[in-house]
Amino acid sequence: MAKAENHEPFIHISKRDVLPWYKSMGIRAVAILAALVACAIVTMVLTGDNPISIYAAIFRGAFGSARKTWVTLQSMSILLLISLALTPAFKMRFWNIGGEGQVLIGGLAAAACMICLGGKLSNGVLIPVMIVASIAAGAFWAFIPAFLKAKWNTNETLSTLMMNYIGIQLVAYFTVYWEVPKGSGKIGIINQNGNEGWLPQIAGSKYLLAIIVAVVVTIAMYIYLNYSKHGYELTVVGESEQTARYVGIKVSKVIIRTMLLSGAICGLVGLLLVAGINHTITTTITDGQGFTAVMVSWMAKFNPIYMIFASFLIVFLNRGASEISTAFGLNHSFSDILTGIILFFIIGCEFFITYKISFRKKNGKEEKAS
Amino acid sequence: MESKIAAVAMKNITKTFGSVVANEKVNLEINRGEILALLGENGSGKTTLMNMLSGIYYPDEGQIFINGKEEVIASPKDAYRLGIGMVHQHFKLIDVFTAAENITLGQKGKLNIKAATAKIKEICDKYGFDVDPNKKIYDMSVSEKQTVEIVKVLYRGADILILDEPTAVLTPQETEKLFHVMRNMKEDGKAIIIITHKMHEVEAISDRVAVLRKGQYIGDMMTKDTNATEMTNMMVGRTVSLNIKRNKPVDPKPRIKVENLTVKNEEGVVKLDNVSFTANSGEILGIAGISGCGQKELLEAIAGLQKTESGSVTFISDEKTTELLGLDPRKIADMGVTLSFVPEDRLGMGLVGNMDITNNMLLRSFRKGKTIFADRKAPRELAENIVEDLEVVTPGITTPVRRLSGGNVQKVLVGREISSAPTVLLTAYAVRGLDINSAYTIYDLINEQKEKGVAVIFVGEDLDVLLELSDRILVLCGGKVSGIVDGPTADKNQVGMMMTQIGGQNNG
Repeated sequence: MAKAENHEPFIHISKRDVLPWYKSMGIRAVAILAALVACAIVTMVLTGDNPISIYAAIFRGAFGSARKTWVTLQSMSILLLISLALTPAFKMRFWNIGGEGQVLIGGLAAAACMICLGGKLSNGVLIPVMIVASIAAGAFWAFIPAFLKAKWNTNETLSTLMMNYIGIQLVAYFTVYWEVPKGSGKIGIINQNGNEGWLPQIAGSKYLLAIIVAVVVTIAMYIYLNYSKHGYELTVVGESEQTARYVGIKVSKVIIRTMLLSGAICGLVGLLLVAGINHTITTTITDGQGFTAVMVSWMAKFNPIYMIFASFLIVFLNRGASEISTAFGLNHSFSDILTGIILFFIIGCEFFITYKISFRKKNGKEEKAS
Repeated sequence: MESKIAAVAMKNITKTFGSVVANEKVNLEINRGEILALLGENGSGKTTLMNMLSGIYYPDEGQIFINGKEEVIASPKDAYRLGIGMVHQHFKLIDVFTAAENITLGQKGKLNIKAATAKIKEICDKYGFDVDPNKKIYDMSVSEKQTVEIVKVLYRGADILILDEPTAVLTPQETEKLFHVMRNMKEDGKAIIIITHKMHEVEAISDRVAVLRKGQYIGDMMTKDTNATEMTNMMVGRTVSLNIKRNKPVDPKPRIKVENLTVKNEEGVVKLDNVSFTANSGEILGIAGISGCGQKELLEAIAGLQKTESGSVTFISDEKTTELLGLDPRKIADMGVTLSFVPEDRLGMGLVGNMDITNNMLLRSFRKGKTIFADRKAPRELAENIVEDLEVVTPGITTPVRRLSGGNVQKVLVGREISSAPTVLLTAYAVRGLDINSAYTIYDLINEQKEKGVAVIFVGEDLDVLLELSDRILVLCGGKVSGIVDGPTADKNQVGMMMTQIGGQNNG
């Protein structure tokens, strides 16, 4: 019989079985190594600097001193908290990209309490009021798109995004309204003399509070999502609304409840940022982390424990990036390039975890035929 | 069969997905002017094998010879070049295009609808198809869409045709029409492979049958030399009895009383029109009708999932009667009515495809317990029991159910629904797409429930099965009750007539 011409495909992609965890972790480790090598090559070609010293600088930027280490951990906690806030909504397939706005509004509520009630109430009363106000404000900001979705099935991606801009404009308005001194266009440090409404320092450290909150929320969220009835309900709603209806889950109720939770945690982050860390409010206080958190949540596949690593990676790279831009006199964009390369490899390696690639075997056919 | 060389010869074909062996050293031949029926249980690798022939998958090992020449089929394009065309179970048509546009889609060269239309007409005349080339797909019935798919394949010059469960969606009359066309194509010297689970169709249409079991080729034989029992035994690998038992209902009492039920869908179209009937305990009430005649709405209205216009659904037990309309599934359960529902859309409604078997068991029980935590211990035990008792083929209870084959998915769903010891069991197309062995397992389970005194409402599409299984058959026609007939004495033709005409021929 005639032999077929050899146009058997050269590469052949097929779906893998589920890999054991150590193998998939191995693939991820290889991806990070490959990313570092790629970054090194790019660095040498573009700047001529020694990549090893650049890596050392990145590490120094994140962990170079006790203070830097604390700041890294604190920033990581904030990013982790926002990611955790978005996760229940994401698991429900409700694309809450309004973290930015929900955090800002939470922060604005805290600032309003500090400015308007500072001096009138003792800290023992003021701080609980601020906690309630921030959480309620964040939850309310999330409730609006949730209600619209539950009631009229509007697109939540658009509405949560738009709520961000309303939040930013509100903060912009109030920064002018409360500006100190008049005409400066900013609020400055609120209650600098009396520290009214400033969150307390834990064990003498001003960094520890956010870290502790992040640890508590991570554990609580992990339990909530995996073991609670609510967590189960929202997963079912995310997977299939039909199935949810079939077993009598009220879909609209679950959507609103979950978004209230999501917004409440965002509001809490706003409180930490304003009353615990910055003691002021600006429109850029969130620094785009409401969006970065979307990536963290996805990279971690909505698993709170993985989110610790994902947010660490992002913050570590960011902190290192600003260090190399000053230490080597490089533009900040260069560090963004490195961050981009590393993320590309990490996200890209998921492909190799899900799929297997086989190459054409040479003369494979003849051997098998015989 | 003038030529000795087979149109298609597959030799030692092996295909694996991860650790799952879908096909192992399969040999298959098909000649020109022949209709070959490919038989096998769900998950036995029929569709995988055909997908390799049509270029969707690429075999790990083995050779394919087309007209005696070894060929490599690496893409659907290669398959077309070699004259191989496949009509899939799920149609791949664009709704807003006309038949002619769909048929010519993806062809090279300038689009000449006029010439194409003429060619389509020619094909239709030759084989006896009935297609309007200018009709839009969204205006077409399922059978018309399928015809377009077949014409599309022929238009591209295919002389080796693969039909994957073509009759699953057709009425008996439409099936007959399809078979007529298939015979014409066979006369014309085409090689045809048909995948089907319905034994009487295999006997009616095929010249030869080939059997796969668990990815392996078991053997082939001429259809005229075999029978349904032998074929089934070959598929399953052991002796199976093909009788559905039907014991006389013991002490039937009214359990569900539906009165003057009217339902409109979202567009305001009347789907159920003044429907009244009673379902008794210890009895299987079959619901017959052409698909889309209100069966779905009827079951969902009883289960509390469908908004209704008017009427009432009353649940009657020894102690009390309960009005079910206006209650959602949770409230129905809270009223102490254990109503189980096996919906048509198994993975989209009855189960969550991405969740494992345990978590799917939890769907019905997660509210139990006073704490805020869901108890997974009982569902895990239930999952283990179902896997064991119903012989669910699965790597384990932590496997996502969407990875299971159709029959096993249905066993998981039915297993969960009957585990709550229901008083009412609603099933919609409980055996659709299931192989004959799984189907009989499901019939047995349903019969078992009937023996226990459950009121079973069984919506079916295969009239033969409905007539064998049901104690009474309610025939729906366009959302109205066309009539209720006694199961053991019902006549298939009479029921068929009632499906298309209120009250059947007697009125006409």
